[in-house]
Amino acid sequence: MSALAYGVVAWLFVIGIYGVVTSRNLIHLVVCLSVAQSATDILLLEIGYRSGGHAPVFVSLPAHPGPAVDAVMQALALTDVVVGAAVTALLLALAVQVHKRAGTLDPDALRATRD
Amino acid sequence: MSRRVRLMLFAVAAAGLAATLGVGLAGLPSFGAQITDYARMLNEMAPRQRHVTDVVSAITFDYRGIDTLFEEFILLAAVAGISVLLRPLSDEIRQLPRDKAPERSIPPPSPAVWLLAAFLSSLLVLTGLETVTHGTLTPGGGFQGGVILASALYVVYLGTNYVTVERFQPDALLEASDGVGASGYILIGLLGLLAGAHFLSNVVGLGATGSPISGGTIPLLNLVVGAEVAGGFAILASEFLDQTAVIRTRRR
Repeated sequence: MSALAYGVVAWLFVIGIYGVVTSRNLIHLVVCLSVAQSATDILLLEIGYRSGGHAPVFVSLPAHPGPAVDAVMQALALTDVVVGAAVTALLLALAVQVHKRAGTLDPDALRATRD
Repeated sequence: MSRRVRLMLFAVAAAGLAATLGVGLAGLPSFGAQITDYARMLNEMAPRQRHVTDVVSAITFDYRGIDTLFEEFILLAAVAGISVLLRPLSDEIRQLPRDKAPERSIPPPSPAVWLLAAFLSSLLVLTGLETVTHGTLTPGGGFQGGVILASALYVVYLGTNYVTVERFQPDALLEASDGVGASGYILIGLLGLLAGAHFLSNVVGLGATGSPISGGTIPLLNLVVGAEVAGGFAILASEFLDQTAVIRTRRR
């Protein structure tokens, strides 16, 4: 079970970076970066998981017997999501301006237009 | 660098990364076996110590409140950065598009779309406010609720015409909401210093566990973060839509 859980994290991260390296479109590149970043969300939640655990919300205790999962990791995942959204929005704004200046979103074509 | 060379470089780097990741992940406790003592302690203590039922909120806005202060300012900096990046450049002007063929009749928008947008957006405002204000009781809080509130504005864009909305959109209010939300977090933190405790100490009355007003500064911080996130995300959408709808290259 551990191998599958952590394997998903490694796979998502590496495939996201692969997408960034081989991307031919800046929008696609930003999406690939989001995929790589989502690996960290999943890793945080997996570290905080406990088999049979319930959410760390204690509204009506008798209805939730058993242990709660790690609330610290969930708070960190929230931070991760917020920072990820901020980075994605900023990169998309850059892509808009690149397209306006260079007329293309292909990172390889950008190098040719520099000189 | 050709694609071939780049791919080969990536293969080398990825092999190194995979090895390091493998060693790191193998050293983690097995999945679902245990959580840290710190987390177990907080799960037990937070409801009694801070009178909240959602421990994630207590950690985000109280035990690790400084982290969230910086997180909020990352968001503020990103929104400010996007406003700077997407401003009208030296060869661009802001101009609302004019109808070039006024004699051509445009079919009016369907009233059903209007109705759906009005209904959906009011529902989203309600859900957003519910999520912001109940952050201490149930999953949710300022960040999540703020995004839902901003999405109410997105539905109005979808259901109407952006150019029409642009004329009436309260830009100043949205920017004020973004800024007041960010500075409000610091002001609430200063309450702790005024009371003779540390910055961001939870010095307000805690209230009864399970009541909507409980948790001291936690619901207050949720409110200011909700205002900041809602304003920030609404500004984001309008900045991007301005690029296609309002900002034009100046004719030479």
